[in-house]
Amino acid sequence: MELERKLQKGLEPKGVTRRDFMKFCTMVSATMGLAPSFAPKIAQALSSGPRPPVVYLHFAECTGCTEAVLRSTYPWIDELLLETISVDYHETIMAAAGHSVEEVLHQTVKKYEGKFICVVEGGIPTADNGIYGMIGGKTMLEIAKEVCPKSLAVLCIGSCSSFGGVQAAAPNPTGAKGVSDALADVLKVPVVNIPGCPPNPINFVGTVVNYLLFGKLPDLDDKKRPLFAYGKTVHDQCPRRSHFENGEFVKEWGSKEAQMGYCLYEMGCKGPETYNNCPLVKFNDGTSWPVEAGHPCIGCSEPNFWDAMSPFYQKL
Amino acid sequence: MAQRIVVDPITRIEGHLRIEVEVANGKVTNAWSSSTLFRGLEIILKGRDPRDAWLFTQRACGVCTYVHGLASIRCVDNAVGVTIPDNARLIRNLLMGAQFLHDHIVHFYHLHALDWVDVVSALKADPVKASKIANDVSPAPKNGPGDFKAVQARLKKFVDSGQLGLFANGYWGHPAYKLPPEVNLIAAAHYLEALRQQARTARMHAVFGAKNPHLQSLVVGGVSCAADLNPDRISEFLYLWKETMDFVNNVYIPDLLAVAGFYKDWGSIGGTTNFLCYGEFPQSAKEPESLFFPRGAIFKRNLAKVENVDPAKITEHVKHSWYEGDGALNPAQGETKPKFTKLDTNGEYSWMKAPRYNGEPMEVGPLARVLVAYAKGHEPTKKAVDGVLKKLAVPKEALFSTLGRTAARAIETQIIGQAMEGWIMQLVENLKKGDTKTFEPYQMPESAQGMGLNDVPRGALGHWIEIKEKKIANYQLVVPSTWNLGPRCAANKPGPVEEALIGTPVADPKRPVEILRTVHSFDPCIACGVHVIDPHSNQVYKFRVV
Repeated sequence: MELERKLQKGLEPKGVTRRDFMKFCTMVSATMGLAPSFAPKIAQALSSGPRPPVVYLHFAECTGCTEAVLRSTYPWIDELLLETISVDYHETIMAAAGHSVEEVLHQTVKKYEGKFICVVEGGIPTADNGIYGMIGGKTMLEIAKEVCPKSLAVLCIGSCSSFGGVQAAAPNPTGAKGVSDALADVLKVPVVNIPGCPPNPINFVGTVVNYLLFGKLPDLDDKKRPLFAYGKTVHDQCPRRSHFENGEFVKEWGSKEAQMGYCLYEMGCKGPETYNNCPLVKFNDGTSWPVEAGHPCIGCSEPNFWDAMSPFYQKL
Repeated sequence: MAQRIVVDPITRIEGHLRIEVEVANGKVTNAWSSSTLFRGLEIILKGRDPRDAWLFTQRACGVCTYVHGLASIRCVDNAVGVTIPDNARLIRNLLMGAQFLHDHIVHFYHLHALDWVDVVSALKADPVKASKIANDVSPAPKNGPGDFKAVQARLKKFVDSGQLGLFANGYWGHPAYKLPPEVNLIAAAHYLEALRQQARTARMHAVFGAKNPHLQSLVVGGVSCAADLNPDRISEFLYLWKETMDFVNNVYIPDLLAVAGFYKDWGSIGGTTNFLCYGEFPQSAKEPESLFFPRGAIFKRNLAKVENVDPAKITEHVKHSWYEGDGALNPAQGETKPKFTKLDTNGEYSWMKAPRYNGEPMEVGPLARVLVAYAKGHEPTKKAVDGVLKKLAVPKEALFSTLGRTAARAIETQIIGQAMEGWIMQLVENLKKGDTKTFEPYQMPESAQGMGLNDVPRGALGHWIEIKEKKIANYQLVVPSTWNLGPRCAANKPGPVEEALIGTPVADPKRPVEILRTVHSFDPCIACGVHVIDPHSNQVYKFRVV
């Protein structure tokens, strides 16, 4: 009770009702497969300071993962930024530019060595000594080698930093690689991959919460993906699964079968080979997900899916 | 004696951009724009199924998400010769409209505002005065003294924590910031409010597009979301649209006018010369005749004459870019053969190619769209532009500027938003009549060529495809940010941003906030431009003042 009162007091001036906040916490605990009684503990973990420092690096990417995180609704992104974590370096949204931000990066890494969370968005170009991607006169490969090993842990947000991503698709002109692969020789700290193109922000926030709550990273599968989000296939959780079992398939876009929401297996759905929780949590505050919009899953949370899962409209 | 300043990285943009300028007597005298990442999407697309292209190209950018998906789908629609059903056209327009609403709100508040708004100064504001000012310009809720007091307390707590996060090392207190503390507080409050609004606005994409970013409901020949054309989904979309428009009308537009009122001097800084617009939002299968925003080109700021656009006059130059050769090719025959040398502002200095129309650099984007529509007598645009000019008491010439560009973005947000209501209602009418068609079948040809011309939040976007043996033989993207931020061409004519920067005042070369104002007014978005910059060989690479 004491805790609840304290929380209520802390959150109200931020325009967050207690109900909003608890809704998020329940959702996160559901995503992570925890008992509902964990919800208050998550709330506490998210609102007690000092805020853990985060360095967010952008390499060969499209910023879609950043955009996905900006769509976080429980907690809202302003709460994440102002009250939950301290994002000390993030090129897309930080106020400063040029020399001033380089200084921030160096200072943060130095001050919090071994203590900051390093989030990486984007693949790392490695061909021709990394010259295909440069920031402030340094290659992305150099920056990654300098910053990532000094972190507490590396969270790879999205399929690019996890596995190389779209720029790593054949013939991979820039030699793009995921972080674990590109830094295999130098990286000794734990790495968590949160793939997806982009991933659902709830899975990123869930990973952060896991750390804040338990002081450790979530359990991972053999591809370093958190089991709470990537433990089952899309197919196994799909609300259209019964149509699959009944042999009821869409065979043309816009057909009667499409209007009735039949199974998309024949149209090329990669759900049976893709591990993710899209059907369960859906996107943008639970609004929809690809199969609900009548489009096959393209397998975007699997390694090398741009080559392994394409042509996308061909039946598995 | 001129000095060189390099700003690298430019932040609050999508992608990796480096700007180098020469400053003499407190003003920029020369500028070079370099894109510093090459991803090679065009090379990756070769040999793949043309139907898959849109999923790849959409990943050109997660900020402009959807637009490269739609551009590609239109390009392949064109190549296979399919005319999409009316419902598919309306859904695509509604998703594009939602993209504009979302994109422009985020640009104004989260990418651009901090160039004009001093967040630290907001701590000194009087919340009661701020409330009075806000109520004078807008009927929006959350304008009470208590609301501003709460925001101020929240900011103060944040600053007092000593963990400044995103706001660390900003150019706070710079003499170029002109807003009184109260207006800074209002803007800071709306910065936070807009963070939430944009998440709700993006939900419009999820309703008919599965998710945002990176929608997944388009297919060549139409859309896949046949099951979503129901009253529940339409009313969900309509509700999110209405909520967004309340924000645009009662927060974004009043903020734009309030902030612009203090920066009227920027109505004569940062202008360019020529403007190109492909047009957008087809109202029927007939293009370009039916486009809501008309297609056209304006040269030498001459609004009396809008020329028709002939895609054959588009070329891409690589003389100052890190690609093989010196030639200038039309994108239908375009090549992408990277060849990095070193960053040399006299030689090659960008991964962007330099697009030219009839040999001229062209500004694209909100200002180009608004100017072309205005010059062609487009009623809603004329009314909105004249209204803003009158309110700010500035002449028409002020449109050709950093301020004009920023105002044009807000103006078109409102115009597009208003038009969306009509498209939603057309969709409802079709469904009422029993027309539920969302897809038109087609045959993939052995070989074909296709082109998709679009006008997206950042400007004119073209995709070109060549199909051979039912596979992609060649694919080229000519994107808004290469038009705006590309380097010099074969004739050494500077690109639009390079031109716009000339004459920009720089009060303190170590804190060049003025440069950011003009660069950000173009809303740079670079990942799509495909492109690196020089490593250590370059003397000025450390972007300090040299």
